[in-house]
Amino acid sequence: MARLELSSLVKRYGDLRAVSDVSLTVEDGEFVVLLGPSGCGKTTTLRIVAGFVEPTAGSVRLGQRDITHLPPWKRNAGLVFQSYALFPHLTVNENVAFGLEMRKMPPAEIAPRVAEALRLVRLAHLGERLPRQLSGGQQQRVALARALVFRPDILLLDEPLSNLDAKLRQDVRVEIRELQRKIGLTTVMVTHDQEEALTMADRLVVMSDGRIRQVGSQQDLYERPADRFVADFVGRSTFLEGHIETPGRFITQGGLTIACSGLETGPAAIALRPERIALLAGEEKADNAFEGRVEFVSYLGAQVDVHLRLNASERIVVQVPNRPDRTLPAIGEAARIGWSRETGRVFSGAATTD
Amino acid sequence: MSRLTSRRLGSLALTGAAGLSLAYILLPLFFVVWLSFFQQEIPSFPPEGYSLKWFAAVPGNDRFVSGFLLSLQVAVIATAIGLALGVPAAVALVRARFFGREALNSLLLLPLVVPGIVLGIAIYVFHVEAEILTEWHILGSLGGLIAGHVLIVIPWTVRLVTAGLVGMDRAIEEAAMSLGADRFTTFRKITLPAILPAVVAAALFGFIASFGNLEMSLFLVGPGRTTLPIAILQYLEWKIDPTIAAVSVLQILFIGGAMLITDRFVKISRVV
Repeated sequence: MARLELSSLVKRYGDLRAVSDVSLTVEDGEFVVLLGPSGCGKTTTLRIVAGFVEPTAGSVRLGQRDITHLPPWKRNAGLVFQSYALFPHLTVNENVAFGLEMRKMPPAEIAPRVAEALRLVRLAHLGERLPRQLSGGQQQRVALARALVFRPDILLLDEPLSNLDAKLRQDVRVEIRELQRKIGLTTVMVTHDQEEALTMADRLVVMSDGRIRQVGSQQDLYERPADRFVADFVGRSTFLEGHIETPGRFITQGGLTIACSGLETGPAAIALRPERIALLAGEEKADNAFEGRVEFVSYLGAQVDVHLRLNASERIVVQVPNRPDRTLPAIGEAARIGWSRETGRVFSGAATTD
Repeated sequence: MSRLTSRRLGSLALTGAAGLSLAYILLPLFFVVWLSFFQQEIPSFPPEGYSLKWFAAVPGNDRFVSGFLLSLQVAVIATAIGLALGVPAAVALVRARFFGREALNSLLLLPLVVPGIVLGIAIYVFHVEAEILTEWHILGSLGGLIAGHVLIVIPWTVRLVTAGLVGMDRAIEEAAMSLGADRFTTFRKITLPAILPAVVAAALFGFIASFGNLEMSLFLVGPGRTTLPIAILQYLEWKIDPTIAAVSVLQILFIGGAMLITDRFVKISRVV
């Protein structure tokens, strides 16, 4: 168990910068998730930590050691792959024992350690099976036991749940998290699934284009996104482009005037979370109140999404809780919506193409 | 015509075509086997009776026995050398990225495409030149014969092992390395077992190709050193009695047996 320190990591493939200046510290026992769309550099970063990719520049420290140029087999990192990557010709016991054998542990000590690791993932009874005789979820747990049994300094998880079906994924999520907390193991996980990231992480790292966009807790990312990318990627946001005319006064391209907390005048965008916007009844008032026409309603069970057209160029999504005492607007009807001055998050600068 | 009937007709046509192809392949074999049991010396129809005497004659024929032993010896050694060269070559071709990789890949498959006679002449000329240059005894030597056969084995090993490697999940090698196995240990304990069916299939096909080779061997055998296919050819120059058929049947049984036994341990059908 140890603290992981990435300093100014860069990985270039020809002209392509897969990882640009990534610096990150993962504290001892912390569970950090690298989150981002595919191609954002999260997997490359993980593979640099694992030792399969040599960084073009920068360093990796694990505990007291500089492991930047150490081969994978000398890093003492436990890895779990998306494809599980169990050894197909070895039994479950032999798979789990592999790491201990490589460490030249006497066979008499290996057996109890393997049994203990398999008990930890509740598969003690399947030790004699071959991987192909196990279900996906079981294979994943064997992979986890194999990565934990040799007491690694760090656990690296590469999209470990994306091959499991939705129901199982939720169970395994909790299982991995509980296990990690119990052992107190420093863990880095890579995923593109934000729900997975939000439920498992102590801290999240949002990446895109090889860069870290924001590091923070779930609340940090959701309530205080650092830029448009994070506001868009974590949770949902409706963006209205325009400019701040005077401090606190935002004019959209469609001509709406919105009261906001932005002070710096100039081109900007305002991001609105759908669930922070209310449908107004009757004469109800709000800092910002607009009337629009309902264009689309999607029924999601617990909530309903209402897509409202405000003018020719601007449309907004409102998420309202689905309650029996409430009549929902129908497509084509007019509706009023409103939100407070603090709701909209302002990002200054003109819209970029990314 | 209804859809169902047309589909049934289609499947019937397919079965028919498959049956015809199979018959086309098996018919000569069938006649060879049948012929080997004829009683009369000159094969003619209908048979005058049946006998096992031709089979009984085979072990007494020195040329066939020594031919078989030489073919076996050459095929085994050539296969071993072919594997030792072909497996690492396949690993490099699949894993490494280097200049001329595609060209090298094609080059290694070339012996499969070049007619055996051409290959035989080329190697013969090469041996002559090499012998003049080095003054070693190469022409018609056992070593020269085996070296030629290695060339027949290599395309098979490279092709089949390449296929095996491509079908393997590379993550299992990375998993092994993350667990503490260095490159060599990973290859020995993880990669090799994972591609074992391909390696066994490669060995088998290389062996068969070498064992049955006639055209190239004709140029490479020396005095008193005759492989089984050459012994059969030479026998045919003077006689056409069913001994040849009997020898052929034994050869078919030998190779078929090797395939069956191998398939018991490794499912070759998964690779080829």
